[in-house]
Amino acid sequence: MNPKLTDLDSPAKNVGKARAHVSQNEGLIFEQSAPGKRGMELPPLDVPAIDPAKALGSQHTRDAIEGFPEVSEIEVIRHFTRLSTWNYAIDLGMYPLGSCTMKYNPRVNEFVARLDGLATEHPEQPAEVSQGCLRILHDLQKCLLSITGMDAATLQPAAGAQGELTGLLMIRAYLESQGNPRHKVLIPDSAHGTNPASVVIAGYEVQNIKSNSRGQIDTDHLREFVTDDVAALMLTNPSTLGVFEERIAEIAAILHERGALLYMDGANMNALAGVTRPGDFGVDVMHLNLHKTFSTPHGGGGPGAGPVLAKKILEPFLPVPVVVQKPDGTYALDHNRPKSVGRVRAFAGNFGVLLRALAYTLAYGPGIRQATEDAVLNANYIRKNLEPYFDLPYNLPSMHEVVFSDARQKTKGVNTMDIAKRLIDYGFHPYTTAFPLIVPGAMMIEPTESESKQECDLFIDAMRSIAAEADATPDLVKTAPHSTRVGRLDEVAAARKPVLRWKPA
Amino acid sequence: MRYLPKSPSERQEMLASIGTRSIEELFTSIPEKFRLRAPLDLPGPLSESEIIQYFQARAAENARGYVSFLGAGVYQHLRSVAADALIQRGEFLTSYTPYQAEFAQGTLTAIFEFQTLMCQITGQEVANASMYDGSTALTEAVLMAERLTSRRHVLVARSVHPEYRQVLHTYAKNLGLEIEEIGYTASGQLDRAALKPETLARTAAVVVQSPNFFGVLEEIPALAEVAHASGALLVTAITEAVSLGIVRPPAEADIVAMEGQAFGIPPSYGGPYVGVIATRDKFVRQMPGRLAGQTTDAAGNRGFVLTLATREQHIRREKATSNICTNEALYALAATIHLCLIGKEGLREQALQNLAKARFAQSELEKIPGVRRVFTGPTFNEFSLEFPRSVKMINAELLREKIIGPFALGTQFPELTKRAVICVTETTPRAEIERFAAAVRRILEKPV
Repeated sequence: MNPKLTDLDSPAKNVGKARAHVSQNEGLIFEQSAPGKRGMELPPLDVPAIDPAKALGSQHTRDAIEGFPEVSEIEVIRHFTRLSTWNYAIDLGMYPLGSCTMKYNPRVNEFVARLDGLATEHPEQPAEVSQGCLRILHDLQKCLLSITGMDAATLQPAAGAQGELTGLLMIRAYLESQGNPRHKVLIPDSAHGTNPASVVIAGYEVQNIKSNSRGQIDTDHLREFVTDDVAALMLTNPSTLGVFEERIAEIAAILHERGALLYMDGANMNALAGVTRPGDFGVDVMHLNLHKTFSTPHGGGGPGAGPVLAKKILEPFLPVPVVVQKPDGTYALDHNRPKSVGRVRAFAGNFGVLLRALAYTLAYGPGIRQATEDAVLNANYIRKNLEPYFDLPYNLPSMHEVVFSDARQKTKGVNTMDIAKRLIDYGFHPYTTAFPLIVPGAMMIEPTESESKQECDLFIDAMRSIAAEADATPDLVKTAPHSTRVGRLDEVAAARKPVLRWKPA
Repeated sequence: MRYLPKSPSERQEMLASIGTRSIEELFTSIPEKFRLRAPLDLPGPLSESEIIQYFQARAAENARGYVSFLGAGVYQHLRSVAADALIQRGEFLTSYTPYQAEFAQGTLTAIFEFQTLMCQITGQEVANASMYDGSTALTEAVLMAERLTSRRHVLVARSVHPEYRQVLHTYAKNLGLEIEEIGYTASGQLDRAALKPETLARTAAVVVQSPNFFGVLEEIPALAEVAHASGALLVTAITEAVSLGIVRPPAEADIVAMEGQAFGIPPSYGGPYVGVIATRDKFVRQMPGRLAGQTTDAAGNRGFVLTLATREQHIRREKATSNICTNEALYALAATIHLCLIGKEGLREQALQNLAKARFAQSELEKIPGVRRVFTGPTFNEFSLEFPRSVKMINAELLREKIIGPFALGTQFPELTKRAVICVTETTPRAEIERFAAAVRRILEKPV
């Protein structure tokens, strides 16, 4: 049954935790289930009933699902509402997570995504009665092309990682059409883990290249690395250190000289939108994370969308179908794409996510530059105010995020994870810990433009306070968090003897 | 701008405290020639009411108020207001991936419940926190089978959703996988005679869908036996998840790749949906995607964490089981809430209604001269019929009566022209089924 209500007189279990409260002791929905309860009723059947065993054969029919929940509507509302109170969220406060761009998720986007005539449409229905959907897709493509300075777009990929794969497949198809797909893709050691994972699925070999002492692409040695067997370099710009690759033009030139292409991971587009365009500085193909730069909600881990934008040379290889506007002005899905890399997922894309991204873009219009400026201002403001307290391994101009390290606090045995956990006690979600890999003890902070000066000041105060605690009372930091419903959870035990589902007693 | 919480004077204050005079100074690391001098050419800015107007205008250009007989991988089913209200709570909607478990027990508990429900429904032992959709779940299931068997050959039934097969092909062709398609028999089921032991001996997986694209249920236990006898795995795709309310789950399959859209997620012109991968415990370390596991804190309180992360890209990078990172968490939550609401008896009742309505529609349509059943195998809520005239023509006429007609099989199967897959769910009123049948009859009676 439910974990026991903690004894109010027992100090050990109650220090700093509201465990005795009914909403803090909510069990699993299965633990509240009882036969005969239900949360939803159906309208009565208006045609003759059919016996499934007779209709399908008894070998094709099942018994009622063992252990399946039987609860009422009120219990479901209470259960999930209580669960929701155990979460942090953007609606509550800042997520200073580097490269995640946790910005405000506008509510009008939720409203329009649910409109009758948009939420209700079937992807296989005729184009004549889907013109609204197709125009939304086409309008979004135009906006994204304008923002990135590219020539061709696909909105199919369901997430950034899938966008990466799609871009790599297009690169392969292009190089194949030139006579040789090549074998390797260069990836800097500061790259997000999805980059090398995507390279492998595209059938390429990963060649890791070390960043230079500035945390940037080692342009001096790049020429040696870019052989005739290198298909592309996968670059994040600004880098995962939040620093713009100043020699980007040279990097693109070196690659292009050898017939290789430049892929840009657009995860950090929040530093660039309206200020510069990847298509202008030599990028051949890139993806965007709509659940980052374009405000679509994270939802606890998705849905996302990872549109791919490319230069004209890659246009023939776009995934099929392609959203087009015909000469008569109507919109269609073009399936006649003989050079396409194929389809990367069923149907046209995460339409509901794409729709929200368009709503966001329409809200800003050309003023999107202001969001970028505010994001960069916030990051630099926080950086300036934290520099006295935390080690800054790469003293280079920060764009929308800054990476500190725990080097100073390590002298007292306090590491980045500890500091992150203690930040929870101050009401903030931790920053990104332990990434990028090139910074040991990394603390990656990206406030986004959604944070007010007050919120930034509160964050700075919290971090300053933790720095002081790390010095004077390190154990307080090392055993954090103290104010959450559960303390630090035993991840080792979770992996050693995995329990991945509930089972009846 | 309403999404930006800074006043002009605050911006100035912050700039001053950094020691810069203008915001341009913070962008000097971008080479001058790449810095834009003019605003981008973009529509807007629009106020909230203008945004709503734009999307309402788009909605009016679609099929609002039409009745649909399309299934083909996406299903019109009942949804609940309570589920939609709950997923709009900011603590779920605007929350991040639960890497910091202490601050995300809501999300992690719900994922654990989702994993449990998916196991219960599919008859498998372990399920992950979600994939993008059914088509990519199937592809990843095949890649998983390849890793588990170290074999490169894959046998795929043609009766698997054409778009799912296309996605598999896109991924497989760069990974040295050999995809061979197997046909179907008069029953509409996989042609088992085409499964030769000598081929199976080098096959990683036999891939079927049930109910398949034609609406027909496959004989899963028999297929599993044939596959296993030669060391191959059986991978089963499911696009119509509500079928599992009365249809026996593919418990003998080694990996199930399911689309969860039918569990209360709106059709939304193709996404977002929720993919599911469910399998045996013994295969868990080769599973892609996130997994929530149960554990305790130092005080012995139960909690949940993301676990077995050494499979994943952020730890293993090029050696990861998949590149997947962001998945469909909010829709896994939506499906979880929906299933809790509809419950054990409700899901069964819903499935029974689907079966009954589909059989009713089928009997009405088969009364029309020249309209014949195509396959003999058992069906759930989709069935294939042959028509005396082109389905494209029939559908064009139906559209004028605000009816979206069935899927024309000839578009994907050249040997199946004049045949269509009709889908009827619990949301189609009897009167609409009768109107549809009457319209088809009238269209077929018109002189050519």
